[in-house]
Amino acid sequence: MANREWPWSLHTTIPSNIEAGHEFLDTFLSAISELGWEGRDLFHVQMAAEEAMVNAVTHGNRQCPEKTVEMEFHASEREILMRIKDQGSGFCPDSLPDPTKDENLESTNGRGVMLIKALMTEVHYNDSGTEVIMRKTRDRGPDGDTRSSN
Amino acid sequence: MSDQHRVVVAILGEVACVRFNDQKIVDSANIEEMGEELFALVEKSHFKHLLLNFDGVNFMSSAALNKFIMLDKKVKQVGGVLRLCNLVDNILEVFSITSLDRVFDIRRTEKEAFKAFGISE
Repeated sequence: MANREWPWSLHTTIPSNIEAGHEFLDTFLSAISELGWEGRDLFHVQMAAEEAMVNAVTHGNRQCPEKTVEMEFHASEREILMRIKDQGSGFCPDSLPDPTKDENLESTNGRGVMLIKALMTEVHYNDSGTEVIMRKTRDRGPDGDTRSSN
Repeated sequence: MSDQHRVVVAILGEVACVRFNDQKIVDSANIEEMGEELFALVEKSHFKHLLLNFDGVNFMSSAALNKFIMLDKKVKQVGGVLRLCNLVDNILEVFSITSLDRVFDIRRTEKEAFKAFGISE
């Protein structure tokens, strides 16, 4: 992931608590705002990052104080790459119920992962489900022209 | 209802009209508190009809969505109606992607929601 030059990068580990996750994400969101990310694109990135971070901390590491979450984020004006890896027992993202099916509409499971997949240009989970890599390219460039989209 | 920190409630006829104090409904502790305050409107204050006015709210996580789903179930259990209004486009898109726009009765404005409740301002 880090083989190319990025205008902004942050690679660190955070403790397994939501407050630490939000502190990291606040730094990240400020940085990409500086790079010109705004509106719908910024919202999509924020939503995916939030859901993936919460999943790693709460479902992955179960907020265990002995475990950490690895956060590797890179950003340019047109592209964002986010890698989040927890130390939990993993999960199979394809096994989650489809929350848009009639029988699952009122279920409270699966919406976070579904949103990540819907809002990102590309999403990849490792085999054990402990790591997610998310890539987003901007729908519109800083000058308003249409670029690649999801 | 004086213990509310996450929401502000006004009563109009039989409808509890809820507004939110947070622009981002994202912090897990705040979401838990918000859920307790909303559930109390149905379970303790015995309101059957609720309007959630999202004016000023620009972000919410799936954990917040789950609380609204649970609230909707509680309202339906007492034979009431839950309506939502003033959702910004980005959040509306989230409701659409997750098909929650099929679960919730979403109105564009508070005025339209009141009208659906049979309340004319």
